[in-house]
Amino acid sequence: MDVLFSQLFAGLSLGSVLLLAALGLALTFGQMGVINMAHGELMMAGAYTAFVVQGVVSDAGLSLLVSLPVGFLVGGLLGLLLEVTLISRMYRRPLDTLLVTWGVALVLQQVARDVFGAPNVDVRAPSWLSGAVEIFGVGMPRTRVFILVLALVCVGVLALVLRTTPLGRRIRAVVQNRDLAEASGISTRRTDRLTFFIGSGVAGVAGVALTLLGSIGPTLGTNYIVDAFLVVVAGGIGQIKGTVIAAFGLGILQATFEYSTTASVAKVLVFVVIVLFLQVRPQGLVTVRTRSLA
Amino acid sequence: MATSRATARALPAATLVLALVLSGCGARTDASGGSASSAAASCVDVSGDSVKIGLLNSLSGTMAISEQTVHDSLRLAVAEINADGGVLGKQLEVVAEDGASEPTTFAEKAEKLITDDCTAAVFGGWTSASRKAMLPVFENNDALLFYPVQYEGLESSPNIFYTGATTNQQIVPALDYLKEQGATSIFLVGSDYVFPRTANKIINAYAEANGIEVLGEEYAPLGHTDFSTIVNKVKAAGADAVFNTLNGDSNVAFFKEYKNAGLGPDAMPVVSVSIAEEEVGGIGIENVEGQLTAWNYYQTIDSPENTTFVEAFKAEYGDDRVTSDPMEAAYASVYLWKGMVEKAKSFAVGDIQEAAGGVTFDAPEGTVTVDGENHHIAKTALIGKIGPDGLIHTEWSSGEPIEPDPFLTGYDWAEGLS
Amino acid sequence: MTFLQRLLTNPRSRVLLGFALAAVLLFAVAPATMSTFRLNLLAKFLCLAMVAVGIGLAWGRGGMLTLGQGVFFGLGAYIMAMHLKLADAGPGGVPDFMMLYGSGVVPAWWEPLRNPVLAVLLVVLVPTALAVVLGLAMFRRRVRGAYFAILSQALAAAFAILLVGQQATTGGTNGLNGFRSFFGFDLTDPVNKRMLFFIAAGTLLVMVAVVRQLMLSRFGELLVAVRDQENRVRFLGYDPATIKVVAYAAAAAMAGIGGALFVPVVGIVSPADVGVVPSIGFLIGVAIGGRATLLGPVLGAVAVSWAQTSLSEQFPSGWIYFQGALFVLVVAFLPGGLASLVSRWARRRSAPPAPGAPAAGLAPEEAPVVGRSA
Repeated sequence: MDVLFSQLFAGLSLGSVLLLAALGLALTFGQMGVINMAHGELMMAGAYTAFVVQGVVSDAGLSLLVSLPVGFLVGGLLGLLLEVTLISRMYRRPLDTLLVTWGVALVLQQVARDVFGAPNVDVRAPSWLSGAVEIFGVGMPRTRVFILVLALVCVGVLALVLRTTPLGRRIRAVVQNRDLAEASGISTRRTDRLTFFIGSGVAGVAGVALTLLGSIGPTLGTNYIVDAFLVVVAGGIGQIKGTVIAAFGLGILQATFEYSTTASVAKVLVFVVIVLFLQVRPQGLVTVRTRSLA
Repeated sequence: MATSRATARALPAATLVLALVLSGCGARTDASGGSASSAAASCVDVSGDSVKIGLLNSLSGTMAISEQTVHDSLRLAVAEINADGGVLGKQLEVVAEDGASEPTTFAEKAEKLITDDCTAAVFGGWTSASRKAMLPVFENNDALLFYPVQYEGLESSPNIFYTGATTNQQIVPALDYLKEQGATSIFLVGSDYVFPRTANKIINAYAEANGIEVLGEEYAPLGHTDFSTIVNKVKAAGADAVFNTLNGDSNVAFFKEYKNAGLGPDAMPVVSVSIAEEEVGGIGIENVEGQLTAWNYYQTIDSPENTTFVEAFKAEYGDDRVTSDPMEAAYASVYLWKGMVEKAKSFAVGDIQEAAGGVTFDAPEGTVTVDGENHHIAKTALIGKIGPDGLIHTEWSSGEPIEPDPFLTGYDWAEGLS
Repeated sequence: MTFLQRLLTNPRSRVLLGFALAAVLLFAVAPATMSTFRLNLLAKFLCLAMVAVGIGLAWGRGGMLTLGQGVFFGLGAYIMAMHLKLADAGPGGVPDFMMLYGSGVVPAWWEPLRNPVLAVLLVVLVPTALAVVLGLAMFRRRVRGAYFAILSQALAAAFAILLVGQQATTGGTNGLNGFRSFFGFDLTDPVNKRMLFFIAAGTLLVMVAVVRQLMLSRFGELLVAVRDQENRVRFLGYDPATIKVVAYAAAAAMAGIGGALFVPVVGIVSPADVGVVPSIGFLIGVAIGGRATLLGPVLGAVAVSWAQTSLSEQFPSGWIYFQGALFVLVVAFLPGGLASLVSRWARRRSAPPAPGAPAAGLAPEEAPVVGRSA
């Protein structure tokens, strides 16, 4: 029973990590059709932000709390720069954005290597996040609980913004019908930029959170990017809901497979499940009803 | 259009015929040439007042983190030797190549260093995969490789000198230490590749013969970042100690998870064989403090040779740099090669192989001696504890150098492993 | 008009001339001027170029951005490597690494590869069959564009993980290496290395000729039509899925053959050659050279690999900046690749476009999936 609970938690926790990594993608890929392979490197930028902030603010707890908004800004601004200089020129060529951003990712990794050095750096976790909390007699690492909560907060804020604010209305309008939105006076350029800024900012936040779990090095992003894309694809594009369900679903699936087999086999099995699933629902879990032929 | 199609159809046929004719030529030449299996004679040029050596480390890619440090210490040794008058009066000229963390690139660059650059010896390699990729290249061209990293053993080539530890100088002493400390059960965690799998095979055999129970064996793919499930398994099993053969970044995720799950060096110590001084900073001292490592050298070793080495290294590369076991083994490898050349009074591979046995060097880790039979070197095994200063402090020592035994022929329990 | 002028202006004879020139360069000039080591390197680049030719067909012409070509390359390479390992071990023998890491028994699925004829057949058949199965599964369900790209990338990731995990039967991260002979010929003999180069060069020329044939055929025209307007092709009564599957399978077969020749040339294949990064690496040369042209992918692949080998020797980190920047600039601002510069230049010189190159530049790609919705 203990094992069941702790594995369930492991799955949820893995899901929340995937969710954080995929949430920004769900915006930029799902809502805008841009495949940003440098998304992982924006996460890396967030992680290094946490490292730099810790150099300034020595208290680990305070620096984590400062890093979250700063990481959002750093990720968002980098993304904005990317959008303005390259991606905005290629909205009609989605596959080419994939390649271009992959080239950007390569360069960003090397920049990190030259600026911070090739070895990993360390970000200390605050003392109030060390150890575990007992729930149902099962110890759950505080860092993981924190990330779970953070992921849910991000989803909540994002949903709120999309649903209630004028910006959210504009974003939804542009997603549903770009031309009509333009015709009714919405600046699609500005909306695109803002969407990309927010999506990239979430990547920065994800990067800050990941410093609690794993290594902080130039290749941090590459470890997550394939999984993150799979989550978005399985979830279906256009709605955050699908991404949330897919992230937790895949997290639990991976944890279950991993427990009963090995980590390597589990990864392969998860992939097989996704391919089979897309046979049944080629557009992913949650789809936006459209009249297009796609 | 019709005629153009006809031409297009004729083209492949013509090309195919051409290719077949030409490849036929190649084949025929071989048949008449007989088995010219031994490669062209060595092209090493020793007539001038300098001689070339090759350094082959990954300067890009995932392994660059570790291999750059080995590269630095190889360069230090070369600079020292050159300042001291060179080898047989000849200055060493370095040809450096990037292995790019890919076995294929290692094989290709090794071939280049041997046949194109005509180097007298090559120093480098880190992963088992890179060594296995280079091995046939060095054997086919009858050249020399000095490999500076601890590895999984079960190998011995006349063309490779292994200056890192083999299993009986690192893993077996670590197990002896755990047994001495009263451990009756262990859990094995490793990355999914050759070294951990082979090491764990050996550990299983040892455990069975010594009444230690192996409670579990888990492998994570290289670059795996989520260790919650594996740590759950470790925690549930409740072994006396964990034997860790994880590689690279995975160690960071593993130790963070391990600490957060409430496990630590007091409750369940982890013995690692791939974490050296270089890695401690990236994992975070607070996450690994008090955990154990098994190596043959630590920066904290108290000897005049080591003090000189550490000071020279810091003077060259900066005060914040640390020295580690593979770096020390690489440093020693250049001096050992120098010793062999001077004993043989020749740069020729055959002469060096003959002279190699018994060559010694007062290395920072202590005096090391080359075994002429299996081309490994005798080394002292050290169990260390990671201190709050980020350095590793010797906890236990085998006292004297252990003779290398890559195939574990001297251990009854290891029968049937090789 | 002199004979030479006629020869140069007639498009058909220009093609013949081009092939003749390539043959002379590859079969006479290169072997005469290069050392055995450099020639062997060139042979390796030619193997990578074979993969590029296939990608040019599937991606440049068919619009299928395949980020998982490493899988097919790897299948061809591993099948060849397994055969060479078994051949070295002799009849009934066990490859050396299996004695070390495995149970010392050759698994049943290795056994058929002892037969050299079967091994050569499987090198082509296995990648092709897998591509057909995957292609049918994806294209019939109209998985395309970005979805297809991401799934093919995940496939490459899964394949590499699987290979690494099965150390006892696939050699794990070490991969397979240490081959002594290639169908009875000693691989350490420089003469035989030269022979391998000729085989690789000949195979590549055949592939280019085959792809040229395909591009000019009705199938080639349909493929471009599917790339540009899949639905219109469907309304005309064709099945776009079948057309795409054929192109995908042809690309897979070429990648498989490239992989199979890569093994004896380089002497090793490991999971590092087949995963996500090398799979994208195959695309770089194709994109820079010119994805929709016949020769762009080949020349691009050879040039990029050559530059990587020679430049990375001097500046390992500078090379990454250079490669990344070039890639970004070409894809963003010159989507037709460097080849489009050549055709632009040619067009400026002679006003009417050459009939042999209907789609030398890049036709607009599929509109974004989302942008078209609603």
